[in-house]
Amino acid sequence: MGDLNSNYSFVSLSCVALCLEHQREDGHALVPPLIWKIKQQISTDPTLHADFAPALGLPEFTRRATELALGRECRAVVENRVLGIQTVGCTGAVRLGAQLLRCWYNRSTGWRGPVYIPSPFYAVFQAAGLPDVRQYRCWEAGQWAASEGHVLEDLRAAPEQAVVVLCATAYCPVATDLSQKHWKHLAHVLERRKLFPFFLMLGQGLCLGDPEQDAWPLRHCVSLGLELFCAQSFSHSFGLYGERVGHLLLVLKQNTLLLALQSQAESAVRSLWSRPATLGARVVATVLSNPANLAEWREGVRSAAERCVLIRERLREKLRLLGAPGSWDHLTQQGGLYCCTGLNTCTCCRGGRLNVTAINSCNMDYVAESIHLALTSPL
Amino acid sequence: FAAPAVEVPQATPVAVFKLTADFREDSSPNKVNLGVGAYRTDDNQPWVLPVVKKVERMIVEDQSLNHEYLPILGLPEFRSSASKIALGDDSLAILENRVGGVQCLGGTGALKIGAEFLRRWYYGYNNTATPVYVSAPTWENHNGVFADAGFQDIRPYKYWNAEKRSLDLAGFLGDLESAPEHSIFVMHACAHNPTGIDPTPEEWKQIAEVMKRRNLFPFFDSAYQGFASGSLEKDAWAVRYFVSQGFELFCAQSFSKNFGLYNERVGNLTIVAKDNENLTRVLSQMEKIVRTIWSNPPSQGARVVALTLNSPELFAEWQENVKTMADRVLLMRAQLKAKLQALGTPGTWDHITQQIGMFSFTGLTPHQVEYLSKEKHIYLMASGRINMCGLTTKNIDYVAESIHEAVSTVQ
Repeated sequence: MGDLNSNYSFVSLSCVALCLEHQREDGHALVPPLIWKIKQQISTDPTLHADFAPALGLPEFTRRATELALGRECRAVVENRVLGIQTVGCTGAVRLGAQLLRCWYNRSTGWRGPVYIPSPFYAVFQAAGLPDVRQYRCWEAGQWAASEGHVLEDLRAAPEQAVVVLCATAYCPVATDLSQKHWKHLAHVLERRKLFPFFLMLGQGLCLGDPEQDAWPLRHCVSLGLELFCAQSFSHSFGLYGERVGHLLLVLKQNTLLLALQSQAESAVRSLWSRPATLGARVVATVLSNPANLAEWREGVRSAAERCVLIRERLREKLRLLGAPGSWDHLTQQGGLYCCTGLNTCTCCRGGRLNVTAINSCNMDYVAESIHLALTSPL
Repeated sequence: FAAPAVEVPQATPVAVFKLTADFREDSSPNKVNLGVGAYRTDDNQPWVLPVVKKVERMIVEDQSLNHEYLPILGLPEFRSSASKIALGDDSLAILENRVGGVQCLGGTGALKIGAEFLRRWYYGYNNTATPVYVSAPTWENHNGVFADAGFQDIRPYKYWNAEKRSLDLAGFLGDLESAPEHSIFVMHACAHNPTGIDPTPEEWKQIAEVMKRRNLFPFFDSAYQGFASGSLEKDAWAVRYFVSQGFELFCAQSFSKNFGLYNERVGNLTIVAKDNENLTRVLSQMEKIVRTIWSNPPSQGARVVALTLNSPELFAEWQENVKTMADRVLLMRAQLKAKLQALGTPGTWDHITQQIGMFSFTGLTPHQVEYLSKEKHIYLMASGRINMCGLTTKNIDYVAESIHEAVSTVQ
C-alpha cells in the first residue's frame, strides 16, 4: 500500500493524523490496514441498510465505546448509572455535554459556570451557553513538563460546583501527562472541592500503548464514585478522522436521573444534528466486538505508541549530536503523538508542536537538521 | 462528595420516535407503519440505491483519497455540486460568484447552521427578537431548531386549509403582508411536510412579490428535490424563481431521501448573497459557528453525493433511481385514492393525489388515528399524516379498508 518515498522535499509535521512508518507521497497518512479491511466488508455487506441511526447513536457502538472507556467490570455500569451517546467527533461530544450541563447541572440554582479548561474547546462551552470559562495552569513553561503543583493550586482555588475539563490522555494542549500519583492527588481535590470533572479522552491506547492504562485517570475517578462526563475521540486510535466518530459518556451518581437525562439528550441532539453519521461508528463497533479484530487493533496501538517512543529517543539523540541549543530531555519525557519543541517560529509545524508519527526513518535526519538550522540561523 | 439535589424534567418525548417504538412492540402480523420517515420498497424494505452501492465501493477502493479531516465547511466538490443541483447549471448567481455552500449534518444541520448565523448576523447584531415564521403545520423540528438557536419569537403562518384540504393562499399572503419587515420565513421548497400541498408556480409568484415588497427573508427547506415529482428541475422551481427575482436567501438541502443516505447525514446549506464580498464574510462567520458544534463534517456521505453529481454516467443512473422512488409513491397515491373511492368511504379523497412527496395529510381526526393504531395496528401521526412509503401492494387493501372503517364509525 503506497510507495516508500526516500526523497522528501517537504515533511508534513503539522499533519494532524497518526502516520504509520510508511507514508503516502503527498505526505498524508495511510488508512490503517485493519480499518481499510473493515470498510471493505461494510461496503459489500448486503444486510446493512442506510436508515437513520437512533438519535443517541448505534447501540452496539455506544456499548463498546463505554466498555473501552470504563472497562468490563465497572460498578457504575452494573448499577445502571452510565449513559453513552454517539456524537459527531469529540467536538460534538463536548458541545452536547456542555448543553446538558447547562440544562441539568445545579438546575435549581441556575448554574452557568465557571468552567475551568486548559484547551481550545472553550469556544464550544461559550456557544453552548456557558460563558464563564476560565483557564487553569497545567504546565511549566520553559521546562515543557506538566506541572502538578500549578494544576492543584488553581483547582483548590476554584469555587465549588465548578466544572473542570481534564485531559485523560496526553493530547492537548501539552503533550505530556500526569503520573498516577499526581492523578490521585487531583481526584482528591476534585472530591473535596466538589468539582465536576469533564474528561477529554483522545487517542486512547496511543500514549502508554495500552487502552486500559490510558483510561486509568478516568476509571480512578469513577471508582471513587464521582459524577462526571467524558468526551471520547476515536480519530487517532482508529485512523477515522473524516468519519467524525465521537462518544459522550455520562456517569451519574444515581440511576434515577438516567432516563430524564436521556430524554434531555435526545431533545438536544434533535436540534444539533438530529442523528449521528454511522460509518465510523460501525467500523469501531466491528473492531471492538470481534476478538480477532480487537487483538489486531490493540497490537496496532501498542506498536504505534512504541514507535513514538523510539522516534522521540532518536530525535533527541540526533539533536544532541548536532549540538542543537537547549535541552531536549522533554522530548522523551513527553508522551503521545505530539511533542512541543519550544520553537516559536517553524514553517513546518504550528506553535512549535509537531506530529511525532510523521517522522520516520527516511526523514529523521532532515527533520533534525532543520530544527537545528531553525535554532541556529540568524533571523 | 454530595451530589447537588436536582429535579431534571423529562423532555417532551419526540412524537415520531415514540411512534416507531410503539410499532416495534406491536406483535400483530398485520401491523403497518405509516409513520416511518424513510423510503420503503414494495416489500417494505429499506432501499440502498444501486448507484450509491456502486459509489461506496469505489470510495473504499480508492487509495488516493485523503481520510483525514475535511475542511470546516466541508468537501469542496460536494458543496459546489450540491448548490448547483439546487440552483441549476445555468444559474446566474453561481456565475456571479455569490453562491456558497456549507456541508452540514443532514437537513437538520443545515437549518441549525443557518439559524445560528441569522440569530447573530441577519439584521443587526442580535436577532433573538426577530420573528421567525413557520408554516401551520410544519415539520415539528423547525420550531426546535430555531428556538434552540436563540430565536424567541417563532410564529405560525397560515398554510393548510383543513376544511378544503388545500393551500390557504389568502391566509398565507395575509400573514406575509402583516409580518414585521425583515421577518424570516421558513418555506418548504417542495413536497411540504406534513401536508404534501405545495403552492403552484403562480402562487409562488404572488408569495415572492409580497416578500420582496416587505423585505422578508426566505429560508427554504429542501429535503425532497427529485423525490417529489421525479424531476430535479421541477422540484427546485420555487428556489430558482426566488433567486431569479434577486432575493438573498438560504436553502437547507438534505440528501437523506433522494440519495437514501439517511444514515450518513448529508446536507448542504446553500447561501445566495448579494455579492461575493458578502458571501465571503458570511462563510467566515459560518466557519466559527461550525467549529463550536461539530468542527468539521463527516466525509462519507458527501463523497458519495459529490462523485455521483460530478460524473455524467453516475448522475444519469442516480436520476433513474430517484425516479423509481418517486414513481412508486405516485402509484401508491393513485391506488389508495382509487380504493377509498371504490369503497365509498365518506368524504373526498382527491387530496391524496393532489398532494406530493412522501407525506399525505389524510384529514383523519385524532380519534380516527387512535382507532387505527389500537384496533387495526396501523400507525400514523396524530395529525393524520401518513407516509406513502409505508404502503405496499400487499397491505394497501387492508389499509384502505381500515381507513374506511375508521372514517365510517369514529368521529
